[in-house]
Amino acid sequence: MSVLASESTTVDLRAATGVAGAPAQLDAVEVSAWFGTNFVLDRVSLSMPAATVTALIGPSGCGKSTFLRILNRLHESVPSAQLAGKVLLDGEDIYDPGHRVTQTRKRIGMVFQKPNPFPTMSIADNVLAGLKLTGTKVNKSERSQLVESCLTRAGLWSEVRDRLGDHGGALSGGQQQRLCIARSLAVDPDVLLMDEPCSALDPTSTRRIEETISELRSEVTIVIVTHNMQQAHRVSQQSAFFLAAQGCPGGIVEAGPTEQIFNDPVDTRTADYVHGRFG
Amino acid sequence: MTLALDLSGPQATPPVPREIDPGLPTGDRVFHGAARTVGVFVLVLTGSIGLFLGLQSIPTFQHYGLNFLTRSEWQPAIDQIGISAVVLGTIEVAVVALFVSFPLALLTAVYISEYAPGRLKSMLVSAVDLMAAVPPIIYGLWAVFLFQPHIIYVARWLHTYLGWLPFLHVNTDPHAAVWEQSRYTSSVFVAGLAVSLMTIPLGCAIMRGVFAQAPIGEREAALALGATKWGMVRTVVLPFGRGGVIGGTMLSLGRALGETAAVLLIISPAFDLKFRILEAGTETISALIAGNFGDASATQLSALLSAGFILFVMTLCVNTVAAIFVNRSRSGAATEI
Amino acid sequence: MSATQQMPAMPAPGSVSEAQTPPVPRRVSGRDVDEWFALAGSGVGSLALVWVLYENLLALSGTLGFILCWYAAFLLTYAGVLSVAHPWTVVKDRVASSLFLSGAVVVGAGLLSTVVYTFVRGMAALVHINFYTQDMAGVGPTAPLTQGGVLMAIAGTLIEIGIAIAISLPLGVATAVYMTEVRGRLSKVVRTVVEAMTALPEILAGLFVYVVLIVRLGYPRTGFAAAVAISVTMIPIIARSSEVALRVVPGGLREASLALGSSQWQTVRRVVLPTAKAGLATALILGVARGVGETAAVLITSGASTYLNLNPFQDPMNSLPLFAFNAVRSGQDLYITRGFGAAAILLVLVLTLFVIMRLLARGQVRSR
Repeated sequence: MSVLASESTTVDLRAATGVAGAPAQLDAVEVSAWFGTNFVLDRVSLSMPAATVTALIGPSGCGKSTFLRILNRLHESVPSAQLAGKVLLDGEDIYDPGHRVTQTRKRIGMVFQKPNPFPTMSIADNVLAGLKLTGTKVNKSERSQLVESCLTRAGLWSEVRDRLGDHGGALSGGQQQRLCIARSLAVDPDVLLMDEPCSALDPTSTRRIEETISELRSEVTIVIVTHNMQQAHRVSQQSAFFLAAQGCPGGIVEAGPTEQIFNDPVDTRTADYVHGRFG
Repeated sequence: MTLALDLSGPQATPPVPREIDPGLPTGDRVFHGAARTVGVFVLVLTGSIGLFLGLQSIPTFQHYGLNFLTRSEWQPAIDQIGISAVVLGTIEVAVVALFVSFPLALLTAVYISEYAPGRLKSMLVSAVDLMAAVPPIIYGLWAVFLFQPHIIYVARWLHTYLGWLPFLHVNTDPHAAVWEQSRYTSSVFVAGLAVSLMTIPLGCAIMRGVFAQAPIGEREAALALGATKWGMVRTVVLPFGRGGVIGGTMLSLGRALGETAAVLLIISPAFDLKFRILEAGTETISALIAGNFGDASATQLSALLSAGFILFVMTLCVNTVAAIFVNRSRSGAATEI
Repeated sequence: MSATQQMPAMPAPGSVSEAQTPPVPRRVSGRDVDEWFALAGSGVGSLALVWVLYENLLALSGTLGFILCWYAAFLLTYAGVLSVAHPWTVVKDRVASSLFLSGAVVVGAGLLSTVVYTFVRGMAALVHINFYTQDMAGVGPTAPLTQGGVLMAIAGTLIEIGIAIAISLPLGVATAVYMTEVRGRLSKVVRTVVEAMTALPEILAGLFVYVVLIVRLGYPRTGFAAAVAISVTMIPIIARSSEVALRVVPGGLREASLALGSSQWQTVRRVVLPTAKAGLATALILGVARGVGETAAVLITSGASTYLNLNPFQDPMNSLPLFAFNAVRSGQDLYITRGFGAAAILLVLVLTLFVIMRLLARGQVRSR
């Protein structure tokens, strides 16, 4: 596979590295979770179709973030955490012993609530950090093209093109978060999970990131946890409403097309939540 | 009636702060005075030690001249003394100790911080902190009676295969059927290893404390990108802890320079400028002082004090460098050394 | 677009759960059988290889060398075996884990053997009750272990450290109070000097006391002189750790007290110091642990008596580390055993201090 001109680099890179690169379907089947003896998620099932944005909404403490972290196997990094159920990526259970966790996390990326670029690395090195960490070889010539394309897709290129050597920690909050998005995109994931990515940012940065999410939809399946219902309404095609009654584990009350959830929900609890009667 | 301030007129002046007399109660005046007195007293007491040691240089150089620094023999009977060999010995022992303890302390600290499973981890943390508090004399006893008889075999091995390096040469035949064990004992090498035993827990405790502070957000970011545990440690934990690692190492170096009891037990005093670390015979400043204070004349006592001052300056420099590194780094703010 | 998926209504709290079986956690990752085989196979294979080659090819001797060669061979074999089936990043990860574990094992073994050896070597002396109740007056170095003991060393350690605490605790805490509460113009200088002084080697503290007190001022070598030397080492440590403990007390507490109309002295005495109690106790114990183990400083300042001396202002005094130091240099087997016995008692003392410190720290955490 020859490397063509820069505008088609991303496509060639995917073909060259042999990764499918197409957005994938993610299915959670009867997923339950514990922290120690604390039962926090009860048999949650959800289909997240390819090339769509799924929003997970609901009040705090209902298990949305826990559910998200189960999707990329980050849940098990907490010592007392346990889970049950299956998570299917294009039909294959990622928790099967045959699947290496590092490989799964490469295909299912994550952007966190608090931006966390690596502070000792430059902006360019931050973008390429995922490749270095997973041992993916990239030619020197392709490296700068990859940095440019990822930063462009994340909506940050025009602001940092002259200072790629600056430290990652020197950017503003919104810029840092977009850098983290670029970093996640560089390893070419099939799915991108976002855990309240805009909650720590100002409205302008929030808007820019929402635009990025819409632009990325065709390349990457996106699952986003958000407290902001208007945001969920703006960016997602499908939504799932999580709820946990007092003293009970969390679960999905209702899931479906976003328009339906927001304008014509079936369950009264969903209706109460989207109309702001409780938060 | 307008309430707005009219500042346009010629008589309007900008506000000026007013003096406030706090009107401290008597109790507080006494308290402040007492605290200040104690603070100044401690300052004077501790500062005067350094000054006192330094001022001893005057009678020392008056009597022995600058040769004191360059000469290497120590013969109090005929009043010919010089400390160049002693200073060299001090540095050599500390360097050997550092060479051995730095990698071991680092490996152990990373293991405890990142790889040890739950209950074992808290046990190990307590164990390392405890060993850092154990008196050095205990390590000295272990080194002389258990460690030295075995380590001289290692010394002989080093001599046999790496003896072509000038500092690893020993003045004896390693291939002899009955090789001279005593040529390998009481050396810089053995003393350095004994000292390293007490600097390892100290360095390890500091490094581990620093690694534990590495932010969880960055750790998870590395894991979420598909990194292995080693990849995460290499990218997040080690760069974060760099200041603490260097600071902890320098702090243990400072302790190594001043270690007395263990060194006294192991070495046999020799006053030549020796670069051969495997060979018997050396001397450090602290061992020199402890061994010679009893029958030193007045001027020789001044000489010992001057040697002590040199040791103090060395320790002070090392600790200051350590503090600078720790304070400049990200891990610095939380480190307590 | 898929039709709305509506989950079954969640059971109300307190109701009986559905007829479906409740979920059970599943095992995730961990080492699988394949990897255990790789580990074991590399271990055995490298052992066999080194066994064959060691004596013949390299003509070396000694168990230490054998173990080192085996370890190196094991790492290489393990890396080789792994690289067949796994990518390079995984090989690096596994080899790194092995290396870190080995480092910890070496250090752990060394430290453990120190503690064990001290007790084992001194056990013969420790089992006799006279070891704790008699002193060495009139008992020669070759006398059997049923005679004589280290009572004078135990008493000496306790008396010297007691005096040192009486001197350094008030001075150290008061200095810390000056640095954090009063914050005069000199406090920055005091802090710098105190920090610098924590680096002072104990031998120099002892030498200073020796020259000033004993040589210049003519006082004899006594337990008190040793206690002063120990205090010189302890004051900076206590001052610095206390300062940290006081700084951690929230400023809001001080302001609340002042807002009620109390003076600063009242605030310090009734609010700040009690709140920082556990931290101050930790600072004291850290200092005591250092002071109790001082050997060189007491060597110079206190002399080493063989008889029990309870008067710190008169006649030489002995202490546990000093006794151990002199005993092991004597060259007499039984005396060396006594030395190790004294060292073991010292170790127990430090361990007890440490446990107290941990309990205090945990007590404070729980009470919050």
